Parts: sequence; C-alpha cells; structure tokens
Amino acid sequence: MADISKSLKSEKAQAQEAALAERTKDRLTYNPAVDILEDADNLYIYADMPGADDKSVNVSLENDVLTIEAQAQDVSFDKHDITYAEYGVGDYYRAFTLNETVDRDKIEARMKNGVLNIVLPKAEAVKPRSIPIKVG
Amino acid sequence: MITIARPDLRWDPWREMDRLQREMTGVFTLPRRQPVVAFPPLNIHTGDDDVIITSEIPGIDPGDIDLTVTGDTLTIKGLRKEHEAKEGETWHRRERGSGSFYRTVQLPYNVDGNKVQADYVNGVLKIVLPRAEADKPRKISVSSGK
Repeated sequence: MADISKSLKSEKAQAQEAALAERTKDRLTYNPAVDILEDADNLYIYADMPGADDKSVNVSLENDVLTIEAQAQDVSFDKHDITYAEYGVGDYYRAFTLNETVDRDKIEARMKNGVLNIVLPKAEAVKPRSIPIKVG
Repeated sequence: MITIARPDLRWDPWREMDRLQREMTGVFTLPRRQPVVAFPPLNIHTGDDDVIITSEIPGIDPGDIDLTVTGDTLTIKGLRKEHEAKEGETWHRRERGSGSFYRTVQLPYNVDGNKVQADYVNGVLKIVLPRAEADKPRKISVSSGK
C-alpha cells in the first residue's frame, strides 16, 4: 500500500516548524511548490496552491522579502467519512528573499485554477544600461 | 488534523491498485529525482449514497482530464503540461511537476456511471459518484412461519 506519509511529504512539502515561527492556529501548513523564472524585464513566480482562491491569497513584499500566504478551503462532506486520504488540506506559506530590486507599484498577482502567478517588474535603475565611454 | 484511515489488512484492494498503479504510471516526474509517488493525490469520502473523490491537480485545463467509470472502478487519466520557459527567460527554481498521469481507484461499491458528476474549482477536482441502485442495501423482512 502506498506509503501515505511519503506521498504527503513529496507532493506537498510540509512547512518545517524550526524555520517558521509557530502560528497561532493549529493547522497544517505547506510550502507550495514554485517555479521561478527571470528575463530582462521581470521576475516570474508560479506557486501551486490548490484549494486557495484569489480571496484567500495574500502576497506581500517587505524589505526585499516576498511572502506568499494562502488558506485552502476545508473540504468535508456531510454524512461522508474519509476512508482514504493521500493529502491534507491546510494553509500555504512561503517566503523568498529577492536579490533584484523590484518596482513595487507594478507587481501583479493572478490566481487561476489553484496556481498563483506573480509578475515582478524589475526597477528601471537595475536594468542593464550600457555606459558610454568618453574619450579624453 | 486529517485522520488517515488504514484499510483492512485482510484482502487489501489498495495494494492491488497500488501495484497496478506503479506498473501503469507513465512518465509523471518531478524535476528533482524523487521516487515516483502517486499523482494526483486523492482523498476518498464515502457515504451511504455516494462516494466523493477529491484530488489536487492545480494548473491544468479540465479538458486534459479523462475520467472513466466502470462498475466499481474509477480511472483518472490526464496531462499536466510542462511550463515552457519563453525566449530570454532563465530558471531560478523549478519545483512544479509535469507530465501524464494515470490512476485507477477501487470504489467501495458499484456506482451509476450515468450520474457521475465532476467539477474542477481552484485546482481541486471533485468527483461525485452516486451509488448504483442495484447495489443499495435492501432490507429483507423475515417472516415467521412453519
């Protein structure tokens, strides 16, 4: 029989308690899997957070630390018992330290089908600019 | 906290399904070399009149999921497309898996294939499988007589 604890750990990384100050609510917390890409103009972050929607997601940027938090809707059905569970439902949390200066006013975040997509435009000052060399 | 029910150890349908699953699981891989675990993860809620199965599959097109029901077996097949980096993009981190998946699930009773409903909200697939009429327990009255 599939080792359930392994499935839960591999698919949804449970937040390490040591790294995270304990939360006031006693609820499972997961670190969502993310893809991060970068091009000349922007930083792109995609986070898998099934069960959360645009209203329960919170993205904040403070002192170069980008924090993503979300709550997944609790799923339970009247008159039904859970007879087999491979995943738990809980909150999501992940924080990143950005090493790029980002234009805070232009950050866009979009939530679709449980995937959070954040576009962080790089600040103008950081974009590579070639400096003309004067002779003399 | 989720209480994870351990199924009966006598004849373990899950072991059968798991073995089948391992043989069938195609190429669903996570970018880091991790042991292949069952994807998508399922939770099964059983009631008297129907079974509800929920599964977390974020970021797919519902058209890419294939659900088939026969008797007491549900088969979930689908594809999660890989995130392609566009021209000029470099990766910092790549943790989200992609690929095709295939799972069969043994249900606690026969279900009515015509009445199955499925929806996909916020990345969670929810399948409601009503019990087949013929499978509903019937009360049998016992008459006394000689």
